[in-house]
Amino acid sequence: MIETAQRQEYAVKTLNVTKEFTMGKETLQALKGINIEVLAGEYISIMGPSGSGKSTLFNMIGGLDKPTNGKVYIDEVDISGLDAYELAWLRCRKIGYIFQTFNLIPVMTALENCTLPMIFAGMSTQDAAEKAVELLTLVGLGERIRHKPFELSGGQQQRVAIARSFANDPAIILADEPTGNLDLKTGKEIIELLRRLNKDKGVTIISATHDLKMLDVSDRIIWIRDGLVDKIERRDELDIAIGSLEGEEA
Amino acid sequence: MSATAQKTGISRQIRLPNSEAAKIALRSLKIRFWRSGITMAGIVLGIAFLAYVMVSGQLERTFQLQEGVPVDAGAQSHATQIWLIAISLLVSGVGITNAMLMSVTERYREIGTMKCLGALDWFVVKLFLFEAAFLGFAGSLLGAILGGLAAFLSAMTQHKSVLSVVSWSATLEVLVIAVAVGGVLSVVGAIYPARRAGKMPPADAMRTEM
Repeated sequence: MIETAQRQEYAVKTLNVTKEFTMGKETLQALKGINIEVLAGEYISIMGPSGSGKSTLFNMIGGLDKPTNGKVYIDEVDISGLDAYELAWLRCRKIGYIFQTFNLIPVMTALENCTLPMIFAGMSTQDAAEKAVELLTLVGLGERIRHKPFELSGGQQQRVAIARSFANDPAIILADEPTGNLDLKTGKEIIELLRRLNKDKGVTIISATHDLKMLDVSDRIIWIRDGLVDKIERRDELDIAIGSLEGEEA
Repeated sequence: MSATAQKTGISRQIRLPNSEAAKIALRSLKIRFWRSGITMAGIVLGIAFLAYVMVSGQLERTFQLQEGVPVDAGAQSHATQIWLIAISLLVSGVGITNAMLMSVTERYREIGTMKCLGALDWFVVKLFLFEAAFLGFAGSLLGAILGGLAAFLSAMTQHKSVLSVVSWSATLEVLVIAVAVGGVLSVVGAIYPARRAGKMPPADAMRTEM
């Protein structure tokens, strides 16, 4: 009992994860042995140039792709051993996804987009709708629940996507370049919203990003280079001045 | 909570009720109204032709019985008709498969997103089959009515008495068969595209460029 109490709760843990892609006769090693540990409730940014293996790592953590070697643990469960059904359950209940391109279902209103994961999870339509309204209000879209995605601005669409990602109270939110398609100001608002939800709900947020504004709110930054972890920095160890770099982002 | 306890507790908790699937499928059809209409037009034509031939045949037999003509008089044209019907149904079936495949490609990201939200393969299959069933049913109904109407009109030019001598229950039966054929045809035509959509890996939702 004492042991379990003392043991750190890892939301995500990877053990020597490698991933190879075969393209014709050539084998490309996208990940060359990644070891990361993410504590429950942390806000993590994964930084790295394109082609660094960042996206591949992201897919592994999200249970969207399986590693060639190594293990990925989500809430202490090795997900490489899960079957299709269990993976779907994991995606539905444990992980919330936020995409660069928002990926709302175009034929559905903001409300229906948010209720969909709850319907999958077996919630009644009535309960799901109530919770969706609550979540949309939380992200500041209480007035626009009946709008379709094309009637919303980019920032508003991303807010709907964030509300949707929280639908089934996931343990982990995976955000793939969540500010990549947004302007500077809107991007900042989205980052602040994510940070607030991270604090209020205690959810673990892992975000792949190029956006230096993101560093400011992250607990730790994991730098990926050539399929390996280059360095892991805590925010207080960061020696770059975010403010002076911001101009480049716009 | 241990991992195994969670798994057993959950097994039945990922679902897509038919009512929800039907709602989503209907909305997908509605938002692509013209595209759906064109796909449906193929079914309408195929089934209209089927219904026309079947109802004409039925009316023909009614008159032959009345006038005492041997029933197997038109055996030669009968074979040709079956051949024509088969071809027209094949064309509508292939049309449905093609339209559905296009629809799958177009909604690549939407399907991937649904899978990221926890949809199982067969949820996606179900959605596409529902769409096909709705299209097929609506198109067949319209086609059967048009085809039946055309058969009656052409019969009336030869026999003025058609409306008084016809067996309505037999006509209805023929039309119901035509609608059923159309419905089954579109669902069968959609099986391959739907399965392809179901197998789509969710990771592609993340980065598919549109």
